[in-house]
Amino acid sequence: MSDTIENIADNTQLDTWLNSRLDELLPGKLQQIDASRTPSMSIIATKGTLDWAYPPFILASTAAALGWEVDIFFTFYGLLLLKKNLDAGVSPLGNPAMPMKMPFGPQWFQDYDWPMPNLLMAGIPGFEKVATGLMKKTFRNKGVATVEELRGLCLEADVNMIACQMTVDVFGFDASEFIPEVTDFVGATSFLPVAQKSDVCLFI
Amino acid sequence: MTTVAEKLDTRGMSCPLPIIKTRKAINQIKCGEILQVTATDPGSIKDMASFCEQTGNRLVASNESANGFVFLIEKA
Repeated sequence: MSDTIENIADNTQLDTWLNSRLDELLPGKLQQIDASRTPSMSIIATKGTLDWAYPPFILASTAAALGWEVDIFFTFYGLLLLKKNLDAGVSPLGNPAMPMKMPFGPQWFQDYDWPMPNLLMAGIPGFEKVATGLMKKTFRNKGVATVEELRGLCLEADVNMIACQMTVDVFGFDASEFIPEVTDFVGATSFLPVAQKSDVCLFI
Repeated sequence: MTTVAEKLDTRGMSCPLPIIKTRKAINQIKCGEILQVTATDPGSIKDMASFCEQTGNRLVASNESANGFVFLIEKA
């Protein structure tokens, strides 16, 4: 197009010219903008058991390894994942999809999925301790990092860990019980704008 | 010919450790240098390709050997 702005007489002509220029330039510009920006992820972590402690830390550490900016908002039972003394356990009771397999012994024994009636799980003292131990051993056998390790890797990679002030108060926690790396104690009002701008937003 | 500047062994490790260790190792080498990663996690074949695409580093080679999967990554 050889027209210059000076010799374009009316607005319709100007619009047509602009439109065709935009069509030419915009895709490239958008691609440029997209390539140069840092992707971001916001996670809302709401659960504090061993099984549910993994997803937020795995996703956050992986995203950080990809160079993404990551914020995790810990609320309700998720707050327990920020404790200095991380002591997450797991209960197979009321967790019907959890495979009950043994992490030791011959292969046929390891492959067997034990039928565990709820009555049994609820009735035996120490059942949760055993289940927690078995899950930790299974993860260790498979070369999965511990939750503490993954949390450490997240912190090392500058993942922002934010605690929900309201639940801290409700559960009667004290700020001193949490790791010092917790970047902020805020409410949903402060976290939502962060989540709004992120490319990936997950509720776990 | 490609010369390997640094080797990383992630055999026996599961997701996401191979990727995180790879990221750390990449940070230690210079642009244009090659990092060799060995892994046994079957997910790492696709994960390593995706990691390179996302981070702009070049996956020079992705092979399976008796020792596991071997990846050569050139730092961008």
